[in-house]
Amino acid sequence: MNYFLTEEQQTIRDLARKLAEERILPVRAELDEKEEFPWAIMRDIAAADLFRVFVPEAYEGLGGGCLELCLVVEELSRVCSGVAVSYAASALGCLTLMEYGTEAQQQKYLPDIASGKRLGAFAITEPTAGSDAANIKTTAEKVEGGYLLNGTKQFITNGGEAEIYTVIALTDKTKGARGASALIVEKDTPGFTFGKKEKKLGIRSSATRELVFKNCLVPAENLIGREGLGFIQAMRLFDRSRPGIGAQAVGLAQGALEAAVDYAEQRVQFDQPLITMPVIQHMLADMAINVEAARALVYAAARHVDSGARNVTEPSAAAKVFASDAAMKVATDAVQICGGSGYMRDYPVEKMMRDAKILQIYEGTNQILRNAIAVNLRKRKGRAA
Amino acid sequence: MNIVVCLKQVPGTTEVKIDPATNTLVRQGIENIINPFDTYAIEEGVRLREKHGGRVTVITMGPPQAEAALREAISLGADEVVLLSDRAFAGADTWATACTLAAAVSKLGEADLIICGRQTIDGDTGQVGPEMAEMLKLPFIAYVGEIEEIGGGKIRVRRLTEEGHEVIAASLPAVITVSKEINTPRLPSLRGIMKSKSAKITTWGLADLGIGADKVGLAGSSTQVIKVFFPRRETTAEMLTGGVAEQADALVARLRKAGLC
Repeated sequence: MNYFLTEEQQTIRDLARKLAEERILPVRAELDEKEEFPWAIMRDIAAADLFRVFVPEAYEGLGGGCLELCLVVEELSRVCSGVAVSYAASALGCLTLMEYGTEAQQQKYLPDIASGKRLGAFAITEPTAGSDAANIKTTAEKVEGGYLLNGTKQFITNGGEAEIYTVIALTDKTKGARGASALIVEKDTPGFTFGKKEKKLGIRSSATRELVFKNCLVPAENLIGREGLGFIQAMRLFDRSRPGIGAQAVGLAQGALEAAVDYAEQRVQFDQPLITMPVIQHMLADMAINVEAARALVYAAARHVDSGARNVTEPSAAAKVFASDAAMKVATDAVQICGGSGYMRDYPVEKMMRDAKILQIYEGTNQILRNAIAVNLRKRKGRAA
Repeated sequence: MNIVVCLKQVPGTTEVKIDPATNTLVRQGIENIINPFDTYAIEEGVRLREKHGGRVTVITMGPPQAEAALREAISLGADEVVLLSDRAFAGADTWATACTLAAAVSKLGEADLIICGRQTIDGDTGQVGPEMAEMLKLPFIAYVGEIEEIGGGKIRVRRLTEEGHEVIAASLPAVITVSKEINTPRLPSLRGIMKSKSAKITTWGLADLGIGADKVGLAGSSTQVIKVFFPRRETTAEMLTGGVAEQADALVARLRKAGLC
């Protein structure tokens, strides 16, 4: 379908697709099997300038927005969702800095993110704070020379591989969520170490790891914005990043649909290719409908974010929920169509089905996001009354 | 270091179809690409520039649409490109092509190294590189798989042979043709693509090169394509049967008959 992409957006999409097909496709099964972080591919992505897409031009980026980021994520995810999330997590790690950081902070970190020299990561989740994100325990005590970080962050994407972390910690324990602040923490800061690397169901080439802070002194100038804004900054970040998860879902579902069509065309049973059988045709048609509907919603939400609209919570959550549910369904049906072969690791669809599940969980579970949408519905009703 | 890379735009397929009436390639419906071996030449040029500084100039001879290949070369890191295009250049064989490219290299001047792909996938001759070196009176090394050292007016390379490799040194300037073992070409970059879209393409015709019309195109070609055809396959297999001794006797008898032993 024609989504009225600009010439530049089409160029971005085409290059991301070329990179995915030429550099990721040949190694995706191996990366999944070995649970190996795709450094070589990150370097290719960097050389192709794709990390520049979401960084402002003033900091050596190309000045794109949410839609441009979505286009890259979608194309990478069409081939490997694990690679796609490793790329997207670098954006997640610097979006708060881009929105609230000082000129000096942006000048210090963004050019390296743009060139892909260093990866970024964002850390809020803790053992006690998943959906209940406000229940974080990590503290950042104001001391002479900066903040003393103590605590453990869990399930951090790009953990151990990234060099620039945005960490949400309590600068005032007594105030709960209102006492949270965002700090930039560089890898190799004394007192900052990494815990275990998680073994996952899917997106296995991506790194998911614990961050451990023990009396880690972070310079005062690494505070992003003001003290106490951390939780609000994080919520605002996710409102703007969720279309990216939607794009990851769209790409994954597109890849699964293509694999199912390929298989259905080649596989002959009862003397006819599967694709000529109405039962398979209807499954494929439903998959295609879901993929396109998800894409339309994700692009619309991304454009809404890029429009500068003040409140983007609802469209952004809707895009993430719809697209990730669609991806789970499409990937499961792709395995079903491919039958016994689809269940085997020699075919790509079982990996896509494993990779899809996380999309319904991270950056807000689909249940929590439905809550958020419902809250907005009630607020609107309240205002109308 | 000033590097000149020569490339050719070729049909993006290995299933070349010939028009039986005109004996020329059927180009309709086939996307044109940079000759794959030439992409290694561009990459090697760009890598040398990244390491040693200087400029990479990419030249091609072809119809106006060959401009697309040059724009792609810019997206892959070329600093400057020159399109050699003139009706007079049409119908050139390898000799006339080499003559045209050599004239352009001379006009550019001060090249330290000229890099070509080892051969094209359409013509497949591998002749243009060495012919050009001969015309420019420069040392030539074919099938380069690695540049071991370059600088101080010298180059040392590993040249691939069927049995292994040879290490060869030459003085600069020199012409080399490269094999795919030499590197893995990068993908274009977004900034490169954007630059390539607005880049100015210098075009030189016959008058710009200062050579005679009799040296280029069909007029300058000492070979002419009379007929292009698919060779008929006439291989037949005969299966020998019986015991080992019987089969051996039968085989020897047939070899004798064929005058092979």
